This record gives sequence, C-alpha cells and structure tokens, in this order.
Amino acid sequence: MTTGTPRPPGNAPVVRAPRTRAPRTRSGRIPWVLVVPAVVGVLFLVLPFAGMLVRAPWPTMGARITEPDVLRALWLSLSTATAATVVSLVFGIPLAWMLARTGFPGRRFVRALVTVPLVIPPVVGGVALLMVLGRNGLVGRYLDAWFGLTLPFTPAAVVIAQVFVAMPFLVISVEGALRGADRRYEEAAATLGADRVTIFTRVTLPMVLPGIGAGAVLCWARALGEFGATITFAGNFPGTTQTMPLAVYMAMQRDPEAAVVLSLVLLLVSLVVLATLRERWVNAA
Amino acid sequence: MRPTGPAAPAPDTFALDAGLRVRRGDFTLDVDLTAAPGEILALLGPNGAGKSSALRALAGLAPLTGGHVLLDGADETTTAVEHRPIGMVFQDYLLFEHMSALDNVAFGPRCQGASKAEARARAAELLDHMGLTAHARSRPRQLSGGQAQRVALARALAVRPRLLLLDEPMAALDASTRIDVRARLRHLLEDFDGVTVLVTHDPLDAMVLADRIAVIESGRVVQRGEPAEVARRPRTSYVARLVGLNLFQGRGEGETVVLEGAAPDGPARVAVREPHRGPALVAFPPRAVALYPEHPRGSTRNVWRLTVDGIERFGDQVRVHLDGPPSLAADITPAALAELGLSRGDTVWAGVKASEVECYPA
Amino acid sequence: MRDTAPRAGRGRGPVTVFAAAALAVGLAACGAGDTSSDGDTAAPGGALSGGLTVFAAASLTDAFTEIAEDFQERYPGVEVTFNFAGSSELAQQINSGAPADVFAAADTATMEQVVEGEGLDADWAAEHGGSGRVFATNTLRIAVPSDNPAGIENLEDLAGDDVRTAFCAEEVPCGSATATALEASGLDITPVTYEEDVRAVLTKVELGEVDAGLVYASDVVAAEGRVEGLEFPEAEDAVNDYPIGALPGPAGPGLAAAWIEAVTSAEGAAVLGEAGFGAP
Repeated sequence: MTTGTPRPPGNAPVVRAPRTRAPRTRSGRIPWVLVVPAVVGVLFLVLPFAGMLVRAPWPTMGARITEPDVLRALWLSLSTATAATVVSLVFGIPLAWMLARTGFPGRRFVRALVTVPLVIPPVVGGVALLMVLGRNGLVGRYLDAWFGLTLPFTPAAVVIAQVFVAMPFLVISVEGALRGADRRYEEAAATLGADRVTIFTRVTLPMVLPGIGAGAVLCWARALGEFGATITFAGNFPGTTQTMPLAVYMAMQRDPEAAVVLSLVLLLVSLVVLATLRERWVNAA
Repeated sequence: MRPTGPAAPAPDTFALDAGLRVRRGDFTLDVDLTAAPGEILALLGPNGAGKSSALRALAGLAPLTGGHVLLDGADETTTAVEHRPIGMVFQDYLLFEHMSALDNVAFGPRCQGASKAEARARAAELLDHMGLTAHARSRPRQLSGGQAQRVALARALAVRPRLLLLDEPMAALDASTRIDVRARLRHLLEDFDGVTVLVTHDPLDAMVLADRIAVIESGRVVQRGEPAEVARRPRTSYVARLVGLNLFQGRGEGETVVLEGAAPDGPARVAVREPHRGPALVAFPPRAVALYPEHPRGSTRNVWRLTVDGIERFGDQVRVHLDGPPSLAADITPAALAELGLSRGDTVWAGVKASEVECYPA
Repeated sequence: MRDTAPRAGRGRGPVTVFAAAALAVGLAACGAGDTSSDGDTAAPGGALSGGLTVFAAASLTDAFTEIAEDFQERYPGVEVTFNFAGSSELAQQINSGAPADVFAAADTATMEQVVEGEGLDADWAAEHGGSGRVFATNTLRIAVPSDNPAGIENLEDLAGDDVRTAFCAEEVPCGSATATALEASGLDITPVTYEEDVRAVLTKVELGEVDAGLVYASDVVAAEGRVEGLEFPEAEDAVNDYPIGALPGPAGPGLAAAWIEAVTSAEGAAVLGEAGFGAP
C-alpha cells in the first residue's frame, strides 16, 4: 500500500482525514483480482517444495549428502549444465541473430524448428539423438568409422542431450532481446565505420546482454534438470553419465527418502547459483 | 570560411553534389543538393516531408532508387555505409550506453584501424576541444543534453568525415537550454572544413546554424537560399508560417498586386513599394498590420475590412486571425486589443503600409 | 521409452489402456475411479458386470490386453481398465490410495510393498495366500541386435573388452535379477549404462548402441524380431516370479477374483506363454 492515509480494512465506511495533500489520482486499494491469483500461483510452486522439506530425513541428512555418489552426480550435473550453457551460447546467439536480423528464406520454418525441442517429450529427443549421433546413427556411424568416436554413454552425450533441450530457451530469449533492441544504434555504429561483425560484438551484444543473461540462466536451469533425453541418449552410469536428476529417479525406485535428499540438494544448489547470478545481473544493469 | 556572395557556389567547387531519388510506397523523394566545402546546408521541412530520408540516403543507410552522391568529386553512390567518408549525429544522439564518453568518441577511429592508444588520444583531443575533458569518463546517461550532443558531434568528427550529417540535433533538448546549445553548436561547426547537412523542422535552427537552406515539402525542394532570404521572401505558405509572415500569391500590375482568389467585391489588392509585373508573391509580417475600429485616415495605402476569426496570445503580443480576403494575421498589443474590444465575428479595419510589404517574383 | 504410452496392442472396444507416465496418483485415479458404482458385482448366475481396474507391470501389456478381450467376451457387462507401468511405480500409486482392483507385479518384492501397505483384499488373501499368487515367471535372455555384430553367444562373451552392454539399474526388478545372474556366473561385467527399465535396454540394443543387453524373455517376444534373444544357463538362478493379487478396490472381490481366474486359467497361461512367460 502506498497511500498516505491508512484505511480501515474491509468494507467498513471510510472516514477520511482532512486532506492536506493534492488528491491522488490512483487509489491505493489492493487489486485483489491480481493479488489472489498471484498468491495461489506462488503457493502452487512452493508447496511441493515444502512437502519435500517436511518429508526429508533430517537426522541423516549430513551423512547422505556427503556420500561420494551424491557428490559425483552433483559435480557431473553442474559441470555438464555449465558446458551445455556455454555450447548453447556459442551456437545459440548467432542463431538468434540470424532469426532476428536477417531475412533468409525459410526463416519462419527454422524458427519453428528451434522450438521443436520444447514441444516433444525429451525421451523422444533422446531417441532422435541416438538415431543421428548414435553408433549406428546417420552421422554417428561416420564419427565411429573415421575418428573412432562414439558419443552415447559419455559425458559429452550428456552435454549434447542438455544442449538439445535447453538451447531453445536461450535462442528464444536472445532473439526477443535482439528484436527489442534499438537498431538505430547499429546504424550509428555503421556510420562510424564498423563492419557487421564489429557492430555485433561491440554494440549489439552489449545492448542485449541482459537478454542473453536471462536466456543463459533459463538454459542452465533447464540443462540442470534434464532427465529424459539424457537417460535415453547418454545412458546412466555413476560418475560418467548419471546426473542428479537420473540419480533422483533411480533412488526413487528403491528409497524415496534418498530421492528427497537428492532433490533437495539439487534444488538448494540451483537456487544458490540462480540467486547469485540474478544478483549479478541486476547489479550490472 | 563562410561563403558569401552567390547563393550557390560554382559547380566545380562543389564538395557535395547529390541527386537523391527514393521511392517507398506512396512516398517519393526527389531532391538535388549541392554544397561547397565548409558550407552548412539546412534541410528544413515539416514532419514526413522527406528530410530524414534524404539524410539517410546521403549516409547510405537507405538505398537510392536513383540518383548519385558525389563527395569531393568521388562517386560514393554505391559505397557501403561503413566505408563512406561521413559522420552522423542522430536525433537523440544514440551514444553507446555501455561505453564512456571517451570510448564513444574513440569507437570510430578504432573501426578505422587506429590503435587503442591513438584512438583514445584523438578522442581526448576532440572532447577537449568540445570542452568536455572533465566528462571523458562519464557514461552517456550522466551527461546533460548539451553535453551528449557535443559527445555525439565529437564522435561523428572523430572519423574525419568529409560530410557531416546532423539529424534534428536540437530536438532532444529542452527549450531552456536550446539557445546556449545552438550557439555553441554553431561555433563548433564553423571549425569543420567539410560539408555539413543539417535536418531540422525548426526555422530558428536553420536560420542560426546554416549558411544555406533548402526547404523540403512532400519529397521536393520548394525553396533554396540563404537564411535571410528565406526568412524575408518565403515561397510557400509552410515557409511563411515558419518564418511568421503573411504570404499571398498574385499578379503584379504596376504598384498593385492583384491577389489570387475570388471575392464578392472583386479580388483583393495589395499596394507595393516598387512596381512589379507578372506572377508575384507578397509578404508582410503580422506586426506590420494595424487594426482600426473605423476606416483609418492617413497615408496607409492598404486597408481592408475583415472579420475576426480568432484571437490568441503570442509572446507579449496578441495575434488576431482575420478572415478576408485577404485572410491574414495581425499582431497587436494587449492594450490595443482592450481598446478595440474585439471578439470573434466582429469586423475591423486592417491597414498595412506599402513600405512594409515585400513583393518578389513567384 | 518411459514417457511414451505403452503400446496399445489389440486393445480395441471397451478395453482402455492409458499411460501412467505421471507419478501423480491423482492422474491414475482420474481414469479409473468412477467406472463402477455398484460395489458388489457378483450377480447370481455368474453374470458379472461393472468396471474393473487392473494395475499391471508394463511387461504384461500385450498378454493382459489379449486376455481382457476373451474376458469381456465372456462377461459382456464388464469393462476392464488397465494401468500399465513399472511395478514399483504402481505399488507407490496403490499405497497412495489409487483405486485399483487387481495388482499384477513383475516381482514378489514389489507385491510385498503393497501387502505391507494398502494390503490385499482380506477374503481373497485368506483363500489364495497373503502374498499374492504367482501366475507366471520370466527368465532373463541376452538380447543382441538382429545382426549380432559382436558375435555374442553366451554370458561370458559380454565380459570382452570391446563389448558394450546395457543392464537394468539394480533399483528396478530386472536389474536385481541381472545382478543375481551375474553373481551366479562369477563373471565381472561392467556395462556402459544402467538403464531405468527393461524397455530402455531394448531400445539401446535395437538401435545397435550396445552389443548386448540383459532383458526378460517376454521383452524379446514383445520386440517382435527387432532383437535376438539368447538363452543362457545362469538365468535359471534369477527366475522372476509374477504375483497377482486382489485389492480391496471399488469393483469388489467377485470381479477381481474372476479376472485372476482368467489369468491363471489354461487359456490365460497359453496367452502368457506366447508372450514369452514361463509357467509358475
């Protein structure tokens, strides 16, 4: 509430103090139509988390989270999600630029393709990746034949699966930022003698940095939680391809309490990382 | 520095020779522009007239559908923006927010291949010249409007352009700072030895800053000339309104000009100072018009009975719009208005001395 | 293929097969809850009617769908609804209150979870045993791609350096069976992956990503020739029992018992046999 004069709650008749300031054009009444759904929305997001906290086996928590398997899965998750984000940035930003700034034929089609991984079940994505990059896949068989390189069941496959499902978040986010950016700054740079690459790196990128940051955070978060494509394409082997979500799923089969512990660890770590990043971005902006 | 004498320089000394033809949907721009070295040319016109399109075409930011751009004799018609010898100051300056003022100015030299140190040295020199040394490390958002304008100018000049383009350089400033900033800009532009083309919709900017003015309406140049000439002898009602003159078209018949437009008691006539024959334009300022409750006696040769159409405040004067023929505006003092007791629909006598009337060929 | 719907097989007519991808019990309840209203369906004269909800291990999909067709021909008033998923997932759903009438698990341990949780229907348990009734067995096979590129012939071949294998994770029934078989063999085989269920192992074999995987005989049949199944003697130490039991569900004990009779009948055993299951 931002009103200067407090009001009695509810529908009680309002007795106004004599006005000493200019009348406000907007009343400070709480917009229940917005606040109620917002609170429901927050509860919906928070309650499952609260449920986990209640069910967590607190006495054995310390011992459980320092188990080597847990730490290995956590480390693998953090490192692969970060690698996937870096890869997504390297390929996703230029792709977003192509979609936002150029008019190549079939651009609409390509944009639709970019969103496909958001729509299809990740497991299907994993099968698709196997069919392309697997040992007998369209491309994979040549990787195997020429370079002796097989991707499935390696940490690289985990990263690839994560990039597949997470990169669209980055591309969409950055494309939106590029579309929202004032193109006249790019024109100004051109009149100063900057070529297109210089304009992109020195003017456009800094302008859309908040959008890239937001996209990277989304991308990282999605990669961290990735399950279906990973287990299908990369398999599940502790220390090599078993990320936290896979560990959670496996634990669920035998020991739901262990699954809760793992989920909490994953949640806590991601919250810390996201909060830190957010702080940085907000301060930088 | 500032060329005097003939309004247009001789063809062989043109530093800028451009024929700009752009067709975009219903809009057609067809403008020829020339300028001598060191000259400041203002493109003056209403919004949507095509002045900014002309500027963008000169910069290479908008493609030409026809015409040419010659700079110092070299054909730049098809040169890419980044390779044209131009500098541009944009309407709201468009300084790069993520760079300091110094880095903004150093950006161009860096793009042209200067080392970081060289570029910064040149930028520092230019900022110093602009009186901005103290603000070299400032971010654009920390600068005042006038300072931002000078940084933008320094940035445009840092690439040593042969053609300097200014797009509404005063539009982003508030009225209180405009006079100072305009004077300062004039001073800074005088040091530039290339051609400057300036776009504005404000006649005052054009008058103060430019050596010559080209008035653009609906994609065409309707009048060219030195500021004083344009201010004294407008050729279109738009220009007349801008410079604050009453303008009429007519036909000279000796010391009288018969105005266009039919009226119940025959066309209105204006007596002029010097005899004139053939199509003519007649102009006089509103303050030259005197109003009388009855037909005045005396030497005033132009007297018309007119109806009051509207009254508005105009500076410390009152502007009375009168319905004719001829329809005109008169500026009188509030005291005179009170004395006359005018209100809308009243009739009044208006007189203008022939010596106040400018008459020139149409 | 965890997120995809189980293959509907020949599930035509009133037989409804729905995916139980969601762990949420509520979703399962939505599909099954209100099909029957009359609790006691054992009408005089053997005519049964009403809805019957069967929770069954995913490996039973084809066999049970076929049995249901005969069942509904015999009892036209009955509508059988299936929830096929991993056994432990189903057990969790039942223990969380999902309205199921019959539970058919892929191993006895999972059935035990339900016995200790929600519990079986008391009357039925008194007659047929408190831990359910074993109606089929499943034996491990070495699944190899149909062209068998690594030339696998027996379990020992899987220990080769260049041989890539996929096992079920030990947390799921086929994984524990695999561990038992390996222990019996004394071989030290490290797979490249521990898959979350048997179908995932099959997928890897089918696509040739691994040279071999350990799956159940029923899974080899269900793969319809896309993989080759090799018998191996060590599998005898890890035969998996499939127990079935009636639950105190909304359909009532009569209908549940009738279904269990159909599954354990000679006709039912024949269908299960065709699907690769062994007799108990």
